[in-house]
Amino acid sequence: MELKRTNLYDTHVKLGARMVPFAGWEMPVQYTSPLEEHATVRSAAGLFDIDHMGQVIVEGPDALDFLQYMVTSDPSTLAEWEASYSLLCYADGGTVDDIFIYRLPEYFYVVVNAANLAKDVKWLRAHTPGFDVTVTDVSEETYMLAFQGPKAQEVLQSICDVDLSNVPFHASARGRVAGVECLIGNTGYTGEYGYELFFDASQAETVWNAILEAGEPHGVKPIGLAARDSLRFEPCLPLYGHELNADISPLEAGLGFAVRTNKGDFIGRDALLKQRLEGPPRKLVCLEMVDRGVPREHYEVIVDGQKGVVTSGMFAPTVESYAAMALIPRELAEIGKEVEVVIRGKPRKARIVKRPFYIPAYRR
Amino acid sequence: MAWQVPEDRKYTKTDEWIKVVEGDEALVGITDYAQDQLSDIVYVELPEVGESFSAGDVFGVVESVKAAADLNMPASGEVVAVNTELEDTPEIVNEDPFEKGWMIRVRLSDPSELDALLDAAAYAKQCEEHD
Repeated sequence: MELKRTNLYDTHVKLGARMVPFAGWEMPVQYTSPLEEHATVRSAAGLFDIDHMGQVIVEGPDALDFLQYMVTSDPSTLAEWEASYSLLCYADGGTVDDIFIYRLPEYFYVVVNAANLAKDVKWLRAHTPGFDVTVTDVSEETYMLAFQGPKAQEVLQSICDVDLSNVPFHASARGRVAGVECLIGNTGYTGEYGYELFFDASQAETVWNAILEAGEPHGVKPIGLAARDSLRFEPCLPLYGHELNADISPLEAGLGFAVRTNKGDFIGRDALLKQRLEGPPRKLVCLEMVDRGVPREHYEVIVDGQKGVVTSGMFAPTVESYAAMALIPRELAEIGKEVEVVIRGKPRKARIVKRPFYIPAYRR
Repeated sequence: MAWQVPEDRKYTKTDEWIKVVEGDEALVGITDYAQDQLSDIVYVELPEVGESFSAGDVFGVVESVKAAADLNMPASGEVVAVNTELEDTPEIVNEDPFEKGWMIRVRLSDPSELDALLDAAAYAKQCEEHD
């Protein structure tokens, strides 16, 4: 399959980015150093090209009823302009995708993972019969940037005609950024406050350059996918294909806050309700290494002689620890318990610790 | 992009260097190209002093933020020292891969094995081609 390029491909190359294949796209994995970029977002702010992400409009008289049936959260609780994390599940409780839903005046705006876009659109459309609703994939014409970190609000405000102090966490607004009409979401995937911007794909360079320019005195830098991964890992934000997939339910992944089993019927409700009442078979836990070594995805975890598996693992830069998220049998998921991670054939000691490794700015 | 390739040592196709320092003893590490490809190194796992390896054997692992990479023995020998500095400050390998970032010191069992390795010019050419 030929890799797709975003409209900022040449810009990234000029900035010295190293480009790698990701979810069918050629994306910047780093500009200078993943550790430096990670620290930039935690201490100042960083700009991410995330145009590979998909955007889907769900509209029509039955749009809310349709989403209620498709997703695990309760979108009826969203006021206009509010947004929330949600999931699409299979009937057995396995996960189709994890998504973000914005309730806009005209329609619901759904942001999905790049690798799952085609699957999600197909899944949504397969269930539209009986609902007066249309599902439109607008990913191609929509550009998506993320601008994250403690300085993000101040910098964005300087080039934006919306009063951002009126856009609380997980709310959104329409306005101009550097003269370009944008949907501005106070949302993100780093554990910091920040924004996600959606706008006409032809304007990518204008918005990108304006943010970097306005941010320069504040130490704002472009950030690659490697730091995006470590930034989402520390606050334990799940990544589809790792902490979630068709065989992992949101309850196993510790995402019960986004599963509203008492809201009425939806796909996966019976299975998820059963898991909620009986306890899911596995639980996602946080591990910190006691012995030396870097736990990595797919490494085996041994807990009281039973097996588990690492879903993501790395050196967590802000907390400076070798850490992992792992799925283990639920009844063994006890904070403080010692476990072993098999690293290159050798069992190494680790300990189950409290989730998350890094408390997000918006929960402090 | 130009990487440093000092001429005082030999190189493997898998981006390790080996430099004879005294008699039949040599230092082994990874190259500037290797550390650049890996970027931020966060962990280095080295063997015990006294362990022996044949040329091509995996003697350790270097891990960056993004990935883990095997360390391959450029020539056969016994480990006589390891760079314990790397335990707490693995980033030395990024900063100074050819000097302070050395990984192991080995007593070569057959120094003539070094003849089969790449010289600086051949290794520099390989880096260009891989980039």
